[in-house]
Amino acid sequence: MTYLLSVGVRAAEEPKPLLPETAEIIIGLVAFVILLWIITKKVVPVFEKMYAERTEAIEGGLVKAEEAQAQAAAALEQYQAQLADARGEAGQIREEARTQGASILAEMRQQAQAEADRLVANAQVQIEAERSSAIASLHAEVGTLASQLAEKIVGESLTDDERQQRVIDRFLADLESESSGQAN
Amino acid sequence: MTAWVRVEESEGFAPPDARAFDLPPLFDSVEWLTKPALQIVLSVVIISAFFLLTTRRISVVPGRLQFAAEGVYGFVRNTIARDIIGSHDFRAFLPLLLTLFTFIYVNNVFGVIPLIQFPTMSHIAFPVVLAMVVWVVFNYVGIKRKGFVVYFKGVMFPPGVPGWVYVLLAPIELVSTIIIRPLTMAVRLFANMFAGHMLILVFMLGAEYMLIEGGAVLKAISVVPFALGIGITFFELLIQFLQAYVFVLLTALYIAGAISEEH
Repeated sequence: MTYLLSVGVRAAEEPKPLLPETAEIIIGLVAFVILLWIITKKVVPVFEKMYAERTEAIEGGLVKAEEAQAQAAAALEQYQAQLADARGEAGQIREEARTQGASILAEMRQQAQAEADRLVANAQVQIEAERSSAIASLHAEVGTLASQLAEKIVGESLTDDERQQRVIDRFLADLESESSGQAN
Repeated sequence: MTAWVRVEESEGFAPPDARAFDLPPLFDSVEWLTKPALQIVLSVVIISAFFLLTTRRISVVPGRLQFAAEGVYGFVRNTIARDIIGSHDFRAFLPLLLTLFTFIYVNNVFGVIPLIQFPTMSHIAFPVVLAMVVWVVFNYVGIKRKGFVVYFKGVMFPPGVPGWVYVLLAPIELVSTIIIRPLTMAVRLFANMFAGHMLILVFMLGAEYMLIEGGAVLKAISVVPFALGIGITFFELLIQFLQAYVFVLLTALYIAGAISEEH
């Protein structure tokens, strides 16, 4: 028992490590119960609440994503339907424009034709009128010119108007019948 | 702890024995306040502070601290409690299992923490307390769930055995459940921590003795026991975790057995 000298009375007792000490049982139990109480009241509920929230957040996220996907699909379908509609409408409009254009073209052509006809007719009428007036004026002028010529040739004898007129008429009638006979 | 080394100067090296675990009170006036008692209190403070700090601003997306706490919590919750007791019943036992695991683990790790370096659970009173708590809990929930008669019938007459075997089996099962279970739980934890601490002491004190008292050759060779002592210290880290794990695992198994309907 040489170790007595430094460790004292405690060491003198043979230690019994398999024998629990009463003081330590009480301290251990009290400490354990305090820790158990803190963990029961303050730790586990907080963690469990967080786990529940996390599960909810993940599941909620999945539902939300599914919803978004469905919405996107619906939107796509809608756009495609709208696009098809627009295409059909455009085709229809194009077709309409084509027929309308054709009809407008035809109408224009008809109008132009009518105008042309009218112009031609007008021109013919005018030409006819001018010809008639030219013929009429020629009648008079040719008569005068011829009589002046004849006067100059045959002299004063022909100055009597009455006679002169008769000669001219005869002359013109001959001329006319000659020319018409030629024309025929 | 240096006592015997100094004492044995004249008689050569004496290996440490059970006296190394017989620590005097810290103050002469307070008989109960020994080093292990202080460590028990310290462990409660450390564990409470750790969990209260990490859960103070808990969120669905964990920060670094919360991640660490969740690692411990998730290990006990999912790996031990939920897998063994089953997802229906495990929540009620989470506080007990988490408390047991952290309490045992921190007090075990005290064995290698510098300046503390004493595994609290190497004083058998503490493992005994914990084993008794577990014993009370699993028997209580078993009796509460099934009733006294059905529970003990389940304990003593497990199904799937020929009738005459029960003559032998029933008393064995009863003794096993009621006496052997808490006893082995307490002794397993105590003995592992006791032996581990003793092993470290043997190597470290031996190396110290060789270095201080030995001749030149012995001084040089003292490197070997020092290295082995350090190696064993790391090995102890593993044992300290394993013993906490095994204790909680067995607790979960006993509770699961007590409340399961198979019996």
